Formats: sequence, C-alpha cells, structure tokens
Amino acid sequence: MTNTWQDIKNANVVIVMGGNAAEAHPCGFKWVIEAKIENGAKLVVVDPRFTRTASVADYYAPIRPGTDIAFLSGVMHYLLEKDAIQHEYVRAYTNASLIVKDGFGFQDGLFSGYNEETHAYDKSSWDYELDEQGFAMSDDTWQNPRCVINLLKQHVSRYTPEMVSRICGTPQDKFLHVCELIASTAAPDKAMTSLFALGWTQHSVGAQNIRSMAMVQLLLGNIGVAGGGMNALRGHSNIQGLTDVGLLSNQMPGYMNLPLDKEIDLDTYMKTKLFKPLRPGQTSYWQNYRKFFVSFQKSMFGDAATQDNNWAFDWLPKLDVPLYDIIRAFEMMNNGQMTGYICQGFNPLQAFPDRGKIRRGLSKLKFLVTMDPLDTETSRFWQDFGPQNPAKSAEIQTEVFQLPVTCFAEENGSLVNSARWLQWHWKAAEGPGVARSDIWIMSGIFHRLRELYRKEGGAFPDPLLNVTWKYTDPVSPDPEELAKEMNGRALADLVDPATNTVATKAGTLLDGFAQLRDDGTTASGCWIFAGCFTEKGNQMARRDATDPREQGIAPNWAWAWPANRRILYNRASADPDGKPWNPAKPVITWNGTRWVGIDVPDYGPTVKPSDGVGPFIMNAEGMGRLFARDLMAEGPFPEHYEPLESPVENVLHPKVQNNPAARVFADDRAAFGSPDKFPYVATTYRLTEHFHYWTKHALINAILQPEEFIEIGEVLAKEKGIEQGGWVKVSSKRGEVVCKAYVTKRIKPMMVDGKPTHVIGCPIHWGFTGQARKGYGANTLTPSVGDANTQTPEFKAFLVNVEKTHAPVAA
Amino acid sequence: MFDLQSQDYVRRSASTMTPPMARSHEEQVAKLIDVSRCIGCKACQAACMEWNDLRPEIGHFEGSYQNPDDLGPSVWTLMKFAEYENEQGNLEWLIRKDGCMHCEDPGCLKACPSPGAIVQYANGIVDFISDKCIGCGYCVKGCPFDIPRISKQDHKSYKCTLCSDRVSVGLEPACVKACPTGAIMFGSKADMKQWAGERIEDLKSRGFENAGLYDPAAVGGTHVMYVLHHADKPSLYSGLPDKPEISPVVRGWKGIIKPLALIGIALAALGGFFHWITEGPNEVTDEDEAEGERVLRESETEKTP
Repeated sequence: MTNTWQDIKNANVVIVMGGNAAEAHPCGFKWVIEAKIENGAKLVVVDPRFTRTASVADYYAPIRPGTDIAFLSGVMHYLLEKDAIQHEYVRAYTNASLIVKDGFGFQDGLFSGYNEETHAYDKSSWDYELDEQGFAMSDDTWQNPRCVINLLKQHVSRYTPEMVSRICGTPQDKFLHVCELIASTAAPDKAMTSLFALGWTQHSVGAQNIRSMAMVQLLLGNIGVAGGGMNALRGHSNIQGLTDVGLLSNQMPGYMNLPLDKEIDLDTYMKTKLFKPLRPGQTSYWQNYRKFFVSFQKSMFGDAATQDNNWAFDWLPKLDVPLYDIIRAFEMMNNGQMTGYICQGFNPLQAFPDRGKIRRGLSKLKFLVTMDPLDTETSRFWQDFGPQNPAKSAEIQTEVFQLPVTCFAEENGSLVNSARWLQWHWKAAEGPGVARSDIWIMSGIFHRLRELYRKEGGAFPDPLLNVTWKYTDPVSPDPEELAKEMNGRALADLVDPATNTVATKAGTLLDGFAQLRDDGTTASGCWIFAGCFTEKGNQMARRDATDPREQGIAPNWAWAWPANRRILYNRASADPDGKPWNPAKPVITWNGTRWVGIDVPDYGPTVKPSDGVGPFIMNAEGMGRLFARDLMAEGPFPEHYEPLESPVENVLHPKVQNNPAARVFADDRAAFGSPDKFPYVATTYRLTEHFHYWTKHALINAILQPEEFIEIGEVLAKEKGIEQGGWVKVSSKRGEVVCKAYVTKRIKPMMVDGKPTHVIGCPIHWGFTGQARKGYGANTLTPSVGDANTQTPEFKAFLVNVEKTHAPVAA
Repeated sequence: MFDLQSQDYVRRSASTMTPPMARSHEEQVAKLIDVSRCIGCKACQAACMEWNDLRPEIGHFEGSYQNPDDLGPSVWTLMKFAEYENEQGNLEWLIRKDGCMHCEDPGCLKACPSPGAIVQYANGIVDFISDKCIGCGYCVKGCPFDIPRISKQDHKSYKCTLCSDRVSVGLEPACVKACPTGAIMFGSKADMKQWAGERIEDLKSRGFENAGLYDPAAVGGTHVMYVLHHADKPSLYSGLPDKPEISPVVRGWKGIIKPLALIGIALAALGGFFHWITEGPNEVTDEDEAEGERVLRESETEKTP
C-alpha cells in the first residue's frame, strides 16, 4: 500500500478491481464502509463475478477475467479524450513532458527491440532522449509529438469504449459510467483509492495490470494524497515482510538485487546501480545503493567483509537466470535437476499451479523437509487419499521429514502489514507437542552444515564459514536481537562531516538509513527497516493510537517503513508551491521554512518548493512514470495480451496473442488447452470463511464452508443440465475436479467479440487434510505460467470444460 | 439459557402472577442489523458459536453460501443470502443475518404452556429457561419468524439469547463485537432507532427510495431490528415476513380459546362428577382389558422398523 488501511476513509471514490476486499479482507474493509458513511464515498466494483464486495457497492460492472489492461487503457483514453486529468499535477509531477527516444516504437502488438527467439526485448530504445549533460529532454508545452503524454494518447487511442466492450465483455454504458465516477476524482480536492490484490497479480500480465491503474491514478493526481494511492491488500499477515526482507529468489533485503553471474565483481554490479539523476537537481535516492549494500554485507559477514575483499561480494550467490521462482523450481524437480527441498511455511501441493506436476515433482525428490504448524497436503503428498490424492506410495522414494513448528501466537516477533507497518507481537502460548520455532530449526541446520564444511571441506565453503553469528544464544537467537540486526548499528564512531564531531558512537543502534555508510562503518540487515529498533527501544512495540487530525495517521502506533512514513510520495499531496491540493485533508505543507504536517515528509524536510525537486524521490527523474523506461519485461506502456489460455483471438493484434515476454516451459505449453475442448473461462479465488488452506483445519471454519464447490451461471447450468447443488466435473487439459455446483445469478455470460462467454468460479480452499470435507483443489486445473516480471502464476484466467456428473467414488 | 432472578422478568410464560419487575427502570435494548453494510462474512456466526460454545456438525454444500443449512439447537444465528434482480435488471445480493427478533410481544412466550420456560427481561430480551422447557414445540408454532428449534438430544427448545449473559454484565452481544464492518450495532432501542434514521437517509440519497427500518408493530416492535434497502418488501431478504404476526391460534389461545377451554375442562370435570354420582364409577370389563392390550401390542410393532 502507498497509503494505510485507515486512510481509505478519506477517499471520495473507492474502486475495487483485481480484488474482492470485503471477501478477503473483511476487517480492513471497515474503512471502505467508513468512507461511504462518513465521507459520502462511492464504491465501485469491477469483477467477473458479483462478489461480496459488489453486494455493498454503489456500482458494479462485469469484466472478463484477464482483460483489465484493456479496461484501464480505455479509462486512460476516456480521461485524456475528455481532458479529465489533474493538469497541474500531471505537468509537474509526472514524466508526461519528457521526450522519448526516436528508436522507440510500437507496432502490431510489439514494442521496439523484440527478439522472437529469446522471447525477450532489447530495451535500449525504451528511454528518454538525453541532452549533452545526460538529462532527459523535456517539452512543458506538450507540443513535441515524442512527449510521453502524446505517445500515451496515441497508444491508448485504440481502446475506445466499443473496443473495451468487445474485449472485456463489459457493456459500454456500464464501462462509461465507471469512467465517469473515476473521472470525478480528477478535481484537485477529490481522491480515489485503488484496492487490489491477487485479482491483478495472478496473471501473465499481472504487473502491468497494476501499472495501468497506477497510471490512471497519476493522471488523476491521486498518488501521495489522503484517500488516494495504489493499495495492494496483502493476502498473508506477513507477506509484505517477506518481500521487504528479500525472500524472492532474485532479491536481497530492502529491494536490492541479487547479482547476476555476469556481474563478476562489485564494480560491474554497481555499474547498473548508480542511479544518476535524469533531471537537474533531483534526489534519485537510490544513489545511496552502495551504502545499503555494504551495510548489508557487514551485517551478513561482519569483520570478514572488508574493503579488500569487495565487502565479500564473491560470497553472494549469483543468478544464471532472471529468477529461481517456484514454477521453475518444480520444473527442475520434474527434470531431476533439483533433488532436495526444504519447504518452510508453504504448501505448494495446494498453492501452486498444475497440481499433477507438483505431485510428480515432489515424487522425484530424494528428500523433502516440511516446516509447518499444520499437517499440510505437501507433507502428505505420498499418501493415497482416494481420488483427491491418488498417490501410489510404494512407487515414491522421496524421504519426507515433517517438522512441526510454532505459529505466530507462540513466539515473539514482528509482522509487516499491507500498510508497511512493522507491528511487534508477543508470545501468547507455548507451542504444542514437539513444535519448535523456525529460528531454532534453521539455526540447527546452519550449525550442522557449517560443521560438515569445517570437517569435510567442500566446493565453496566460504559463505557458510564466514557468516557472522554472534548471538547471545546461537542455538536459538532471540527475535529482539534479530530485529536489532535488521535495524543496524554503528560499527565505529560516526563523524558528522558538517560539525566534524562524533554524532553516533560505535555500537549504537541506528536511528534511520540516512546514517548508513559505504565504508564498512555501519551494518544494517535491511536498510528500509532502519529506525524500527533504536536506542529509544523497540519502535514496533509502540501502541499509541493518537491520530492528530483523525485522518488515519497515528505516527506512534508501531513503526512504518521507510522512516515511519505512512503515505508514500506525500510531497505530491501538496501543489508545486507546497499548499495542499485538498485543504480539508492536508498531509504535509510547506510553512516557509520546512515541511510540516501529520506525516513524515517523503522529501527533504527543508527542501524549498522553488528548488523544483520532484516528489518521486526514488526515481532518477523525480517524477511518476507514465512511461516505465526499461523497468518492465513487456513494455514501457501496458498493452492488452490475452491470457495464455483464452477463448478468443487478440482482436488488437492476432499475431501477438499473449504476453510476448512470458516465460513458458515446453512441457507446460503442451499442457495448455484450447477453446474447442475447454470452452469456458475459469478463475480461482478465496472465500471469507477460509484463510487459504489453513482454516480447513479449524472446526468452526469447516462448519461455515464445509465442502468444495464451483460457481456457475444459470444460463450455462441450464444448457448443461446442471442442478443447484448437483455434482459436476470441471476439467482442464491438466486435470479434473469433481465437486458440487453453485448455480448463481451472480455470474452472467458476457458478450466478448460478439460471442457469449461463460465464467466458472473455483474457490480454492479444500484439500485432503484437516477437518473440512475432502476436495480436489482448484490448482488441479490451473496452468503453469507466470507473470513475465514476477512469475506469479496465472490463477485468474484459464480454460475449462464442465459437465454434469455423480459423486466421486470413495477409494 | 441464563436464569436470572425472577425480579428481572417483565413477562413469564404460562404464569398468572405479575412479576415484581424490580428492574423496570432499565433501558430497553436493541440490536440493529444494517444489511446495507453487511458483507456476509459470518464473523457473527463464528462468534456466536464461540461464545455459546456451540459446534453443529460439519455439513455439506447446499447450493448457497448459507452454512449450516438451517437454524438449529446449536445454530442460533445464520447468514442468509438472496440473489435478487431488481426492476432495472441489476443484481442485488441481499444478505441477512437471521435469528431471534426478541419481539416486544413474543409469540413464543404467549404460546408456551410451561410456567417460566420463556421469560422476557426488563431490557426486552426474550430468553428460554431450559430446565423449565418441556419440549412441546408450542414456541415454534408461536414464533412469527420460525426461529426456535427443538433439540433431538434433550427435547428442549433453543434460540439466540441476545447474549443475555453478556448484556446483563454490560457487554454487547458476541456477534456485535465480532462484526468487522459495524453492520451489527447494539444499544438502547431509542439510540438504535435514531442511528437507523441516519442510515436510512444515506440509503435514500444513494437511490434506495424505500429504505426503512424493520421493527414490526404487529409484534409490538422487536429488539432486533433491520435497516433494509427495500423496507417495502422485507420478504426479498430470504423470506423475512412482510407482515409478521403471531398465529391466530396462539393469539386465540391466550385470548378467547384459553378461557373457553378452561370452561370446557371444568364442564367435563363437572360432567364426570355427576356421572359418578348418578351412575357410579366406571368399571373395566374383560373386553376392555383385551382391547387395551391389543392396542399396546400394535403400537409397539409400529415402532420397530
């Protein structure tokens, strides 16, 4: 989230698209209700199904799964054509005026630089025209046809209301009404908040779905302001923390990149991380990358990381592929390239696509270690549970170690919520039985591995032997001690160059990332967390709910990264002179000498408005990007590509049907179905009554949603002779699910390019362990392909067939 | 379920004595369910199960999000989901939390023949006192909202207590506490009606012309009220009665029939007395004895499947 849960109440329009906030985030949804009741907000829902969120919405419009970019590009077309944009904001705070290189172009579905063989782009043309000083050229009059705003206008001009309706199946009048509601927030004192979740991420074009709405929000001047923003509602209590500390295979803590194998030394690695400002006088805060990196290496390797060994750069793993995501991991298991798997807090047999492939992969392992508080399906993949898990145990050689771990309520620690708050929690109970904490188990594995390397040597023992491990209890480090390590401390006396005095004594916990150095005198495990645990104590444990303006910002409740800032890009909440766009809901204001207000400025606290420093300080040009330069895999503007399994041809460019930069393994491609055999569009989702695959282990949740079902519209059900609550078989090219049917008015056929298109809804929660009735799991059906940038699987749009059947025969 | 002392009662089933009503200074309470902000998450159902320690059986999917499939001795509140296509052809998903309405004039209490098995407290809550319940099911017949359910295990009737145990110590009902969107509110009936007024105004401004409060006068008003978008058509909400009323039989039982029946019983007794005076006592003949045994035998065989 750029903003906070509480801040949703400041919105004038709440749009829920690419998510189902009432269903999946019922507690946070109270702020949407608050916006409606206290702020007169309108709630707009765009979704393939009439959802629980839609049940309390002011306006609902249907959309075919996987066509959000077409819809949102249509919105951009509408805003630009009707001139319903926040002009002053767009001119001052976005890259609308910057001039794009001549070589950049877009034709027949492809941007310039595409390589058919590698399915990847040479992105060198996706950039600005630079002047002799290396600054991006600009035309504030927008006369130059190569201005970003003009290229954008041209790019989205194809997405007329007719075209949107043809692709998305949304009736034109409904689409236009949604456009009108969105456009109403172009007024400087009006704001729209975008609430989204997996409904946007779980697509082969997931990242571009989100980018499309971010661009809409920039055009409307809704980023940085109270009641605005792009608000990803995270699906796990700590999934934000997972990304923050870099648990993705290509990342390091604090959104730094793990080196590639071609980056053979620190200098080469740093060459692409200089972040020289692209406009005069800009902050370009990533220029401090080296400080964050060196401080991280010091926290990892302590005294062993020195200037002489390039801060232990060589001890970091190097990537030979863009990332080792989970889809790739299971491909490697199936190919016999990965033979061992430590599966910590994860249930891939339920959670990852093409369940059959997951089961086959696990069956080929030499060993599987699961660490989980629950008896997961993954831990039991080898056991025959009947049609829901038809394993042939005798043929599986995988040795499985099932380690029970404590859950969050059985240990101290912090969770990072969607609003980037690090909230400390305290142990409430002892873990049951022989359950141990993840920290204890991981420490044990580390010590034994290191001992083996010490005794027996190995190909490359250096990283393990040199990792620093100076904890009071090395067997089970204390969570507070780990939190302090994340925060960071001074390793030597830090001298303030301005006063030439010691500002921070050696050994002191740091107050923030501004103190980090690249000379080895500071350590910080995760630079964005610097400030969470200082000499003043554990800031995450603060519980003062005082909210000075009752605007949803309580600065002394827990601690938010970065720097306890609650609304990102909040400089943009004020106009170029520093006055709030919306005087009724100011965030920060220039008082003549400094920035003051209810939030920590996302800006130099004394930088004058007249200096012209842009509000998007992390970007080299200081501006919000309507043109993404080379940062996305499939193009600097979003473009509509059909899901890998789609019922129709891409009417915009039939030759480029799908995301041209999507990575598809050959066996997965062979497992894609075609619309002649699998004519219906399916999508997966969650229900309020359950949390993923956990709560089916809890009796009350099992009572509230006991049994697997799919949702099917009345028209298709009638066509297929399917009765309410009757048995159906849903099949894709990859597998089949036999379950009950919920025949509903909430899913209606949509007219897509003149043809009625039916949607089948597949809730995901049932498996073969736990208290609820046994289910096949929706991931039996889903295709193994991910977003081209993140490899998040395409769970939200694929093809199935559906037939009436009888109850499955118990084994 | 929660037996307070009798000074709390303002009404008591099958009793002629007037309760002391020592607590009649207490404010009338009400639960207000604003269906327009309910998202059907079932947190109320979960909280009800937890507070009252009830665990119905794990059921089946029955063609709706409604689970369990019906109210029961251990299901005291239930979300009901109705898909409604309005006059404009747009879909509305009307979600309503069902449960005891705590009528001011409770049909169950009226119908109940067991003294003290159903009581009403000064704050308006209607409660079932299990140890006095005889399981006759008259309360089921008496309820205009089809709420009470008889347990097959102990043959007693059960329903929502409006958490009388919590309310009596100054807490809100468990469902109210759990509701994440504030769709279930609790307070004095006067405050709840005022708040409902504000909500109805908001709904009217959003195009729901017939928004209104459901507090039916035919049962004297209720201590569980709904804010409805379509107050002109309550039955859209999974059969919420448009015009709830206590069945004429039950109303008659307390009104005309009960006194008449009492006279009838008295007359029968009187008749018997005179029969005995004039004809002497009835004697059981051998034929009567044999016939009686035959009937007993047959009824036994019928019970065996």
